[in-house]
Amino acid sequence: MTDAFSTDRIIEYAYLISAALFILSLKWMSSPSTARRGVWAGEAGMLIAVTATLLHHGIVDYSTIAIALVLGAIIGVPLGRVQMTAVPQRTALSHAFGALCVALVGTAEYYLRAPRVPTFMMAVLSMEVILGSLTFTGSLMAAGKLQEILPQRPITYKGQNLVNLSLLAISLAVAVLLVIDPGHTRLFPLIIAIPLVFGVMMIVPIGGADMPTVISLLNAYAGLSAAAMGFVLSSKLLIVAGALDGSSGFILSVIMSKAMNRSFTNVLFGAFGQVQAAAVGAKEARPVRSATAEEAAAILGAASTVVIVPGYGMAVAQAQHKVRELFDALTKRGVDVKFAIHPVAGRMPGHMNVLLAEADIPYDKLLDMDAINTDFPQTDVALVIGANDVTNPAARTDRASPIYGMPILDVDKSKTVMVIKRGMSPGFAGIDNELYYLNKTLMLFGDARAFVGDLVRELAGG
Amino acid sequence: MNDIVASLYIFVLAAFLGFEVIRRVSPLLHTPLMSLTNALDAIAVVGAIILAGEHKSGLAAILGGIAIVASTSNLVGGFIITDRMLKMFKSSKPRKP
Repeated sequence: MTDAFSTDRIIEYAYLISAALFILSLKWMSSPSTARRGVWAGEAGMLIAVTATLLHHGIVDYSTIAIALVLGAIIGVPLGRVQMTAVPQRTALSHAFGALCVALVGTAEYYLRAPRVPTFMMAVLSMEVILGSLTFTGSLMAAGKLQEILPQRPITYKGQNLVNLSLLAISLAVAVLLVIDPGHTRLFPLIIAIPLVFGVMMIVPIGGADMPTVISLLNAYAGLSAAAMGFVLSSKLLIVAGALDGSSGFILSVIMSKAMNRSFTNVLFGAFGQVQAAAVGAKEARPVRSATAEEAAAILGAASTVVIVPGYGMAVAQAQHKVRELFDALTKRGVDVKFAIHPVAGRMPGHMNVLLAEADIPYDKLLDMDAINTDFPQTDVALVIGANDVTNPAARTDRASPIYGMPILDVDKSKTVMVIKRGMSPGFAGIDNELYYLNKTLMLFGDARAFVGDLVRELAGG
Repeated sequence: MNDIVASLYIFVLAAFLGFEVIRRVSPLLHTPLMSLTNALDAIAVVGAIILAGEHKSGLAAILGGIAIVASTSNLVGGFIITDRMLKMFKSSKPRKP
């Protein structure tokens, strides 16, 4: 008995060390120079926790554990080796796996304990299973949309919010019944099934540009469900990890929603995909100025400061390596080149930074919105590649615009603006961009990758 | 009952700590941050291991086994991709010794 007691103690201390390492791990993520140390701390914490768990005296069946661990590693390695452009869908998929684990453990715990489940435990267990289930299907849907297996366009119908809220309300009502009497084993499958459906319905109305917010929110849900699991198993380590993950997802959701000018409740209740319903007004063909690669290269080469504004269009065209060549060509001529990154550029928080870092662009040249906006008035050329709504000055000036109030990159304040674009089609939100009709704006029509390639060639030749 | 209160304390304190620590993460690193927290969240594997290992019922062992597979794939994949991303972030200034 004393032996078992002391093993339990050792396990508890090991978990404590792991929790401390997890916190250090996130602390070291604050800057690129210490971030890799953060990964090592996380790995060490995980190794300690898993090893300690294997010492648990109640474990009788090691073969199932071993097989499952190996199988998980076999699936995990390719998921760690995906292309950087595929990171958003990989992340969504891993939210789904995390939520699946939590929901399954919750379900098993219920059937092991029912009907004698204490009230508090039944409440957190219901929350664990509900959050886990809805995050599972929600994340699978998000991953499917990002991978373009599912249609990217938001699907909306009348009474959508009512349907979704009713689904959520019914599952909460069932959870309350279960808390009152945990013996209703036949009701339990409902708090799995209904949230599974809710998860699908929640993501149906969501389009590509809303993905950064949605992924962050699913991250918060996954974290919260893990914390709930920690309460059920009274595992303090799991509560800490879940709370950290949950607050991380929550902070990112708030940052993303602010960057898209959405309210807090709007985020919490998942009422996404509302903006694009507005204003696709009658369009008259307004005159724009366009330029060839040769002309544009001449202006870029003569500039002393250039700010490149990349958007998701750059990632779609796989233009980041060509952009790197342009960066090199201009830097060699003594031009000061920086990149302006809007918080919602790309399909998940920080996505654009990863793509540019992969193309070997130094991270100190990547500036976020607040840092770069004061620089635009002193900028000779702002070159917009595949970004649209985040550069639209209507967000500052036009109260009638659906994106009014959204924080934007003040590209229009620079001396010359160049926009690489396939044609004059409006952006995701279906709103015309005033920027394109300014006198100082030159439209560079063509595929982003090909056009940047032409610019590089012109600069090398000239 | 005391255990519940202690757990709630831990949850609230960890959430506040999380807010303070994560607020300081540069927007540059938001993608690796999310993949790292994802990997850390895979600590749920601990609960799955006990569930599968104790083998209290057939259902528990099966669900626990699947849960181990799901969370281990997150654990392994999450750490690999986070490290791959962070390796790519290079400064143009020479590194301080």
